[in-house]
Amino acid sequence: MTSPRGVLIVGEHTNGQLGAPTLELLAHGRALATALGEELAIALLGESLGGLPQEAIAYGADKVYAVTDPLLKEAHLDAYLGTLVKACEAHAPRIVLLARTELGRDLGPRLALRLNTALAQDCLEVRLDSDKRLVAVRPVYGGNCTAVVTVASLPMMAAIRPKTAEPLPRNPSRRGQVIQEAAGLAPSVIRTRVLQRVQEAQEGLRLETARVVVAGGRGLGGAEPFHKELQELASVLGAAVGATRAVVDIGWVPYSYQIGLTGKSISPDLYVTVGISGASQHMAGCSGAKVIVAINKDSEAAIFKAARYGVAGDWKKVLPAFTKQLRELL
Amino acid sequence: MPLHVIATAKQVMDPESPPSAYRVDREAKRVVPHPATKIPPVINGFDENGIEAALRIKDAVKDAKVTILAAGPSFSMDVMKKALAMGADEMVLVQDPALDNVADSTVTAKVLAAAVRKIGPFDLIISGRQASDWDNAQVPLGLAELLGVACVPVTRKVEVKDREVVCERILADGYEVVSAALPAVVTVSNELGQPRYPTLRNIMAAARKQPTIWKLADLGLAPADLAPRLLVMDLYIPEKTSQCELIKGENEEDSGRLLALKLREAKFI
Repeated sequence: MTSPRGVLIVGEHTNGQLGAPTLELLAHGRALATALGEELAIALLGESLGGLPQEAIAYGADKVYAVTDPLLKEAHLDAYLGTLVKACEAHAPRIVLLARTELGRDLGPRLALRLNTALAQDCLEVRLDSDKRLVAVRPVYGGNCTAVVTVASLPMMAAIRPKTAEPLPRNPSRRGQVIQEAAGLAPSVIRTRVLQRVQEAQEGLRLETARVVVAGGRGLGGAEPFHKELQELASVLGAAVGATRAVVDIGWVPYSYQIGLTGKSISPDLYVTVGISGASQHMAGCSGAKVIVAINKDSEAAIFKAARYGVAGDWKKVLPAFTKQLRELL
Repeated sequence: MPLHVIATAKQVMDPESPPSAYRVDREAKRVVPHPATKIPPVINGFDENGIEAALRIKDAVKDAKVTILAAGPSFSMDVMKKALAMGADEMVLVQDPALDNVADSTVTAKVLAAAVRKIGPFDLIISGRQASDWDNAQVPLGLAELLGVACVPVTRKVEVKDREVVCERILADGYEVVSAALPAVVTVSNELGQPRYPTLRNIMAAARKQPTIWKLADLGLAPADLAPRLLVMDLYIPEKTSQCELIKGENEEDSGRLLALKLREAKFI
């Protein structure tokens, strides 16, 4: 076997488009590959891939392993795993990067185990040390501590949190190599069966892509303000509505509203929190927000440490006046 | 044969501890609770959801046994016995000083896999989706790989029907119903619902139960099996400097109004 070389990233796509986390991953991978003086490759898996390989090259890839198979129609974990194990064994990358998305989160640990290596999870930053070892920075203990870790075996693997890099500018004239590969999957690798997929409708804008987000916490005191005062604020600002895990656990709003470590990661230009104390696990989901505004009655709440502007007061009085003034301004 | 469900449980520092409760031993690269806080450890919250899922299965199928499995350098018996007091039948603790401060999830997965093999035949392993200390979400997935069984991560409902496990796996915009033949590994999230409170009867029963305690040597693991490949180079408490401008008007309504004007002035709206 050739000695391990290059950076391989695991690509994700939906509806004929590369996912935003994959474009960001290409930027992370490009920086590492350039520092190594080696190639950046991306594995793209699907029933068919259309123009996606060319698109990945436009965003920074040197090489695309385009693997097509009817079993890869849906991003099924078992099918992806089997395919990626083969791809990594065949191409022996030095570094493998995944996005810490729904797919990457569950795929990364299994891939690391199959390849007999280790995975740095939930990384905010990756770089190389002077020995070409992958060094990753990641939050632990709900963001109360920061760890710097490295992987002492090959391939060195990291799962990177979305919104931690800007995609490179799209360059359609960039050249690269597309290598068509067969998955060669035996149907028996698939051990789990999806019987049904259910979409739970959420009103309004998507949290992950909204430019403005407003969210409520336990301090709102009930489900009603989410549909009334918070919704009014959202309408005025053209914002998506989110919530904390505590609120979802109580059942005031469905899981699709949840922002945080085990919910959605948001990166709006403006994030307005109402009655949110700022628990670490919530803050882990909004570290990408450019400006945080907090309305909370406890002036000692942790949210004021992260906020740029705040009002320490009763939301029942502050929020209607805030919304009214905004309506006059906008 | 009763259905055998193993629920894994990790003892962790209480994640509800205030930020001031965290101290880092930078030399040893480990988090140590602040000595003044005296906050007792807890069973990882998602693992409590997992124990609840196991007990719900036991309630539904009647003929089932729930075994709790944990690994760590030492345990607070008061804390761990909560799992038995909730209604679990047995508990196996892999307790060994060599398991102190293990950051490589693969090592933990290997230890648990060896313990599962020693426990004997099982039908289902249920774990929390991730632990509240390192949030790796890796051990159960690695365990499934090492045991060579199916894996359904991040679910909110787990049922056993006709030698299959049927789960609702949580997706960003909904859920999917996934099934797998037993044996299998499933991880659960908080959406599963609140873990039950121990009943007095179960507390009394738990008090009489003695957990089985194994050392690593009892599992036939050599030190080389436990060499970490994920290395912690540094661990520190990030500095957070507040730059928050608190808006104060004549009263709370006025503060709200001024906040809107401030956002416009700063061109954020």
